[in-house]
Amino acid sequence: MSLILLIEQVLNGLQFGVMLFLMAAGLTLIFGVMGLINLAHGSLYMVGAFAAAAVAGWTGSFILALIAALAAAAAAGALVELLVIRRLYDRDHLDQVLATFALILIFSEGTRWLFGSFPLFLDVPAALAGPVMLPGGILYPLYRLVIIGVGLLVAAGLFLLIAKTRIGVQIRAGEADREMIAALGVDISKLYTLVFALGAALAGLAGALVGAIQSVQVGMGEPVLILAFVVIVIGGIGSIKGALVGSLLVGLTDTLGGVLLPPLFASFMQASSANSVGSAVASMSIYILMVGVLLFKPSGLFGGT
Amino acid sequence: MTDPLLKISNLNKSFGALKATDDVSLTLLPGEIHALIGPNGAGKSTLIKQVAGGLVSDSGRVEFSGRDVTSLATVARARAGLGRTFQISSLAMEYTVLQNVVLGALGKDGRVMRFFRPVMKDRDLVDRGMAALTRVGLEDKAARRTADLSHGQRRLLEVAVALTLEPKVFLMDEPMAGLGASGSKRLTAFLDGLRAQAPILLVEHDMDAVFALADRISVLVYGRIIATGTADEIKRDPAVREAYLGAEDAA
Amino acid sequence: MARETLLNIVLFLMLPVTAGIALLLDEPFIITLVTKAAILALAGVGLNIALGLGGLVSFGHAAFFGLGGYAMGILASHAQSYTPLMETPFLIEGTKSMLVIWGAALVTAALAALAIGALSLRTTGVYFIMITLAFGQMLYYFAISWPAYGGEDGLSIYIRNDFPGLNTLDPIQFFAIAFGVLAIALFGASRIAKAPFGLALFAARQNAERVETVGLTPFRLRLVAFVISGAVTGLAGALFADLNRFVSPTMFSWHTSGEIMVFVILGGVGRLFGPVAGAALFILLEHVLGGISDFWQVYLGILLLLVVLFARGGLIGTLAGREVAHD
Repeated sequence: MSLILLIEQVLNGLQFGVMLFLMAAGLTLIFGVMGLINLAHGSLYMVGAFAAAAVAGWTGSFILALIAALAAAAAAGALVELLVIRRLYDRDHLDQVLATFALILIFSEGTRWLFGSFPLFLDVPAALAGPVMLPGGILYPLYRLVIIGVGLLVAAGLFLLIAKTRIGVQIRAGEADREMIAALGVDISKLYTLVFALGAALAGLAGALVGAIQSVQVGMGEPVLILAFVVIVIGGIGSIKGALVGSLLVGLTDTLGGVLLPPLFASFMQASSANSVGSAVASMSIYILMVGVLLFKPSGLFGGT
Repeated sequence: MTDPLLKISNLNKSFGALKATDDVSLTLLPGEIHALIGPNGAGKSTLIKQVAGGLVSDSGRVEFSGRDVTSLATVARARAGLGRTFQISSLAMEYTVLQNVVLGALGKDGRVMRFFRPVMKDRDLVDRGMAALTRVGLEDKAARRTADLSHGQRRLLEVAVALTLEPKVFLMDEPMAGLGASGSKRLTAFLDGLRAQAPILLVEHDMDAVFALADRISVLVYGRIIATGTADEIKRDPAVREAYLGAEDAA
Repeated sequence: MARETLLNIVLFLMLPVTAGIALLLDEPFIITLVTKAAILALAGVGLNIALGLGGLVSFGHAAFFGLGGYAMGILASHAQSYTPLMETPFLIEGTKSMLVIWGAALVTAALAALAIGALSLRTTGVYFIMITLAFGQMLYYFAISWPAYGGEDGLSIYIRNDFPGLNTLDPIQFFAIAFGVLAIALFGASRIAKAPFGLALFAARQNAERVETVGLTPFRLRLVAFVISGAVTGLAGALFADLNRFVSPTMFSWHTSGEIMVFVILGGVGRLFGPVAGAALFILLEHVLGGISDFWQVYLGILLLLVVLFARGGLIGTLAGREVAHD
């Protein structure tokens, strides 16, 4: 395999990892602050993608589409938090899983009802379409580079938000001791709604950005959600840093595994079976990674307790 | 002198800068009740956990009938013959009182991988459970849901479960708490007889009970044992008077 | 207690009575639906051993359901094409015998549950949920990308497998088989719940520290429960595949895991007959609501949400009242 192809795949892996981070960061924040496992996070990703595709269809503006995605996902998140999620904070994980599974059914079928079963398409904006020449003579799609950039910016923003701002202090306090921050006079239910909406907005942003490279369809959030879970298991629940490291690990493993494993198996097997064995193993590679981490660090790479 | 059944040597445990257990050594001899007393926050609960296996010690040894159990976890120490009761009742709350003691008897046998015959129809297990309930005076509460028991009754059930384990050593963390005066008196009398069956390491706040029961008393302050001796020796010990019995007695 | 027993008898008889009426009315499709309910209930009975008795929120039981299905699909497809499954190191031939296939499904699912359980049970709480979910998904992607047995398209079997003395293609006879297996599983599950193992397992769910203090290891109890639970769900998978004469990676999908959990919850967690009530209700909703709207799962979602938020005992809990301490 040529070096150029390899670098291209590493970039693809980074781009995938950065998208996973946008999902995983919200999930891990919501779990860290509220102790809630939210299966419906993938639905918020889908809401973002659909909102973006619809608005881009009406206006033709990608910027408006992104704003719509953020707004729609945040609004859907806040609404769901107010109506359903806040009743679940004191419940056990089983109830949380079931209620948010129910939300998935409602979101997915509701979206199918509104938009039909056919996928929508969201075009890469003209200014970002086409490839750029990277040092070393590598042609790479500009849009994917922009995604990597946006993702890293969001990551930096999140770290700043949590480290430097009042909200961040409240979030960290909430992770440490719920009663304490209530006692300090922070309006905890408002904080929870805010955190949930923030996580939802990140998911919606991811959905919209990815929507331009894949098709926008019902159920698109679920594979990403499960990968985000794998990310959190690897990184450690509640840790933003863990979510970032885990996302990049998973993104790179998944992308590179798919490219590298089949030829690797071909080096000692028959070509025909090597391809199928290689791709089958590649499809499991991130789960094997997860098991590996789990064996040595049962609470994840950056999981505290 | 007979060999101790339980021997704790130079046990240490720190939480950050706080030394919760500071070079603690003590022994429990056959047939004795050894009381561990100390003001709140002295590290009694930490020490109990280190002995029972719930908390890994930083250094030191725990030996049990001549066998080093320092590296063993809770389950293995229980199997080796350590019968523990908890300060805050730790019972299967949704079960009946009888089910809790039957669970103890089942644990004693260890034959838990049986999937077919109803356990509550196993005469042997139920009889042993009932016998333990009878000894602590809970036999008429056997069918009661554990969550519906009073605090004092739960303490007694804790003791009854420990009895079903037929342990070589009892480790009891404040069994008198919440019992009230008459209940406390009855349990004191019961523990007095129990020491012949197996020695007891007793953590207790009820000083009447401690002075009535204990063959030896160790006083724990800030994680250190400052004195060990008979009730009279402890009562006279100046360090104890100052550290433990407090201002009113020292004055 | 008596009320729940009565309800259980009604629930239990509801399946064969419905099937019998459908036979009299000559409605084979309804018999097939009732059969489906019985098989899904069986999957739920399996999950309930881990979930209800052990408190293990497994979101990966589709793994076992799918493995059972593929055990059937793979063995039957080899028998169908007269090719051996494996020649070295020893010969394994395909088979059309349902009993052999069940054995294979039970063993495969049990072994998978042993491996997945041994890893997942190192963790608790949310980690456990996410990890079981991830393992289920791992097998799903494996089934999709493994081309030998149909990959994404799945595997079709032309003729239903054989059961000694019965014509399995006759809907009512196949129903009898599925119902018989369900009855045996329910009996087994009720015995396990009351046996020494069940006492210790449910105690570990209530208070793991207590179980350790009496010298029993919660991990071992949970692992064994997980294996039994996975095996029963695997058996249900084999029957489900036989009912449809088709297996596909969908059996492994996390929606399947979610649905098996929904049967248990709609019926009532930890109730012996909860999965029967839940699966029957699910099938009923699917066909009543599905007839009204293509988007019936919206209503299912709303119903599930209401049950979780407001009727925590599920159907049986609502009808039979508060659970009494186990006797």
